[in-house]
Amino acid sequence: MTGTYLGMPSFPRAAETSTRDVRLRANLRRATGTIRAKRDRAVAELDDWARLRAAGAAVKDRTLRHLDHYLVQLEESVTRAGGTVHWAADAAEANRIVTGLVLATGEREVVKVKSMATQETGLNGALAAAGIRAYETDLAELIVQLGGDLPSHILVPAIHRNRSEIRDIFRSRMADWGLPAPEGLTDSPADLAEAARLHLREKFLRAKVAVSGANFAVAETGTLVVVESEGNGRMCLTLPETLISVVGIEKVVPTWQDLEIFLQLLPRSSTAERMNPYTSMWTGTTDGDGPRTFHLVLLDNGRTDTLADTIGRRALRCIRCSACLNVCPVYERAGGHAYGSPYPGPIGAVLTPQLRGLASPLEESLPFASTLCGACFEACPVAIDIPEILVHLRERVVEGGPVTVRGTRTVIKPAKRHGTERAVMRAASWAFDHPRALRRGQRLLARTRGLHPRRLPGPGRTWSDSRDLPDIPPESFRDWWDRTRGGTGRAGGTS
Amino acid sequence: MRVGLFVTCVNDTLYPHTGRAAITLLERLGVHVDFPAEQSCCGQPLFNSGYRHRTEPLLRRYATAFRDHDYIVTPSGSCAAMVRDNYPRIAAKAAAEGRDAVVPRAVTEAAARTYELTEFLIDILGVTDVGAYYPHTVTYHPTCHGLRMLGLGDRPRRLLEHVEGLELRELPGAEECCGFGGTFAVKNPAVSAAMGADKARAVTATGAGAVCTVDNSCLLHLGGILAREGSPVRPVHIAEILAGTKDDPAPPLPAPGTTRTARTGGAR
Repeated sequence: MTGTYLGMPSFPRAAETSTRDVRLRANLRRATGTIRAKRDRAVAELDDWARLRAAGAAVKDRTLRHLDHYLVQLEESVTRAGGTVHWAADAAEANRIVTGLVLATGEREVVKVKSMATQETGLNGALAAAGIRAYETDLAELIVQLGGDLPSHILVPAIHRNRSEIRDIFRSRMADWGLPAPEGLTDSPADLAEAARLHLREKFLRAKVAVSGANFAVAETGTLVVVESEGNGRMCLTLPETLISVVGIEKVVPTWQDLEIFLQLLPRSSTAERMNPYTSMWTGTTDGDGPRTFHLVLLDNGRTDTLADTIGRRALRCIRCSACLNVCPVYERAGGHAYGSPYPGPIGAVLTPQLRGLASPLEESLPFASTLCGACFEACPVAIDIPEILVHLRERVVEGGPVTVRGTRTVIKPAKRHGTERAVMRAASWAFDHPRALRRGQRLLARTRGLHPRRLPGPGRTWSDSRDLPDIPPESFRDWWDRTRGGTGRAGGTS
Repeated sequence: MRVGLFVTCVNDTLYPHTGRAAITLLERLGVHVDFPAEQSCCGQPLFNSGYRHRTEPLLRRYATAFRDHDYIVTPSGSCAAMVRDNYPRIAAKAAAEGRDAVVPRAVTEAAARTYELTEFLIDILGVTDVGAYYPHTVTYHPTCHGLRMLGLGDRPRRLLEHVEGLELRELPGAEECCGFGGTFAVKNPAVSAAMGADKARAVTATGAGAVCTVDNSCLLHLGGILAREGSPVRPVHIAEILAGTKDDPAPPLPAPGTTRTARTGGAR
């Protein structure tokens, strides 16, 4: 796995390889199983969880409906507080703005707070191309960066790695990025944390520029909020002279009072904590306290297009807690990399095809990467009905229909690869609407049942490679009913 | 009380004994059941694959076939969930898109009268002890749509706990999906098989003689994997357990290594 999402294969193809990775499966099973149990306990403590969840969904929906208003209010508030606001229509523009801002400081290195938005834009690559080194300071992001790897989880990007793999990465790669790993490093959690602390501290104390994202941006005051566990965020947000925050436009909340809801929902859903250890909030700049220059880059990158879809837009409620990943049996088997995006798991399967558009076989395959078991919807703290959005997007893939691309309403054609399936579905729909034809089919199946192979040829092999076929009964239910009840069962018949 | 059986296309074609068991059970409890022959598939395979428009004739068909029934009972959690959760939405969308052949009111009314079998037994008939006898160890897998869309809760378990002779074995990780997911099973075969293998391992480790669900579609997948792996555990629908009595017992569990329909007696 190298550090790029370009040219990723479709989900089923990627999963074909990853499901065979025994170590990956074991790492994920252990990690997601542990956090699932902890989260259940943390959520059960609150007797008003269902109401908090409904409130969170309602605040997000209302804010998204009036996003134009709240974004302008946010810009005014941030500007008034001494910050500078930039608007980025897409990833390239966001990267261009950030690169320009860093170069203007004269610095050639930045420290980074864990940020999904900059993973989405591929900022580190863009900075590297301009000769700027970006240091990830979140422990898991550090592991991913040192390993030349990609994140595979929203909250725990290195969830696919176990302790001994992390020790090996620290030993072999830390020296290339700064302070080497201590001699005789073991794989005990305390030793690994200490090695990371020493490696990172040097960077915190030296860095003049920091790049972050934000969990929330409060429109009424222009306050940004970062919620974290390790304290690396607090270091980055307070020590450097210049702070640049790249924030998706859906992160805005109208008022401080709204934070009351989300600061209960988010920690319990993501890390299973009542309150996360560090919550940093800053409003513009303050003389003698923290960065002297603050830039806010507001990122669209497909969000406005997503907002135009009345069903799909509910995915924009997401507060990136990753509860849906932790309960997803598909994610647990396939791993995060198979989703080909920094947003893996169920939320990724609905976000990525909308943010990027149904651009390639990967995006087209993502809405199908679910059994629709509903565990994600049940776990979601802002009640995103992910299965409903998945089915909605499947319709866009197989039948085409209206979508919005860079602000323009357009109609996309059905995906070519589904042509055969479309014909089968049309035939099935006809047969189901003509029960007499269906009955003839059933009888044919029953009459030929001695001839059926135990394993299917062609596309049917995907079924019979791992499962025996059922025996075909000699008589369908309808034929049995007619034979024994004399066909009295037509609607309007006896009861 | 007019009760119509919505047998579902999977049961009609592959598991007719489940439909027969539902009839036996309901009639033993004094319910007259009829089977409107116009009924067909609920359309779930089409809908979940993205072919919403193709399901519209099936909504109309369902609402018409069961228009005179007070209750529509189906031995499938998944198909009941399709009707109850998705039919009203599909009909409303069709109307909003100008296709008025699907009458939202008729569809929504039919959806509201639809009950999964165990729901009907407990909520409408008010029985938990149906007088069943099943002298086997059984583990129960709550299928996803029954669990999360219908909210069946512990209804199936309560019924099983009252079956004479039945010993219920706990299934670890019971609420995790078996990996079937309709067309998911063929579109994402690697993940589906991995999930199914994990579920099959958990089922086999219970030492039960049978694994029971409210959905034969999940058992089609799980039973296929159990049979392929040579597991001694047999898949069985809850209707078949509840239909058996001491006087008229359920057929014995078939020998390991055979798939389930073999026990219906038809020569192969």
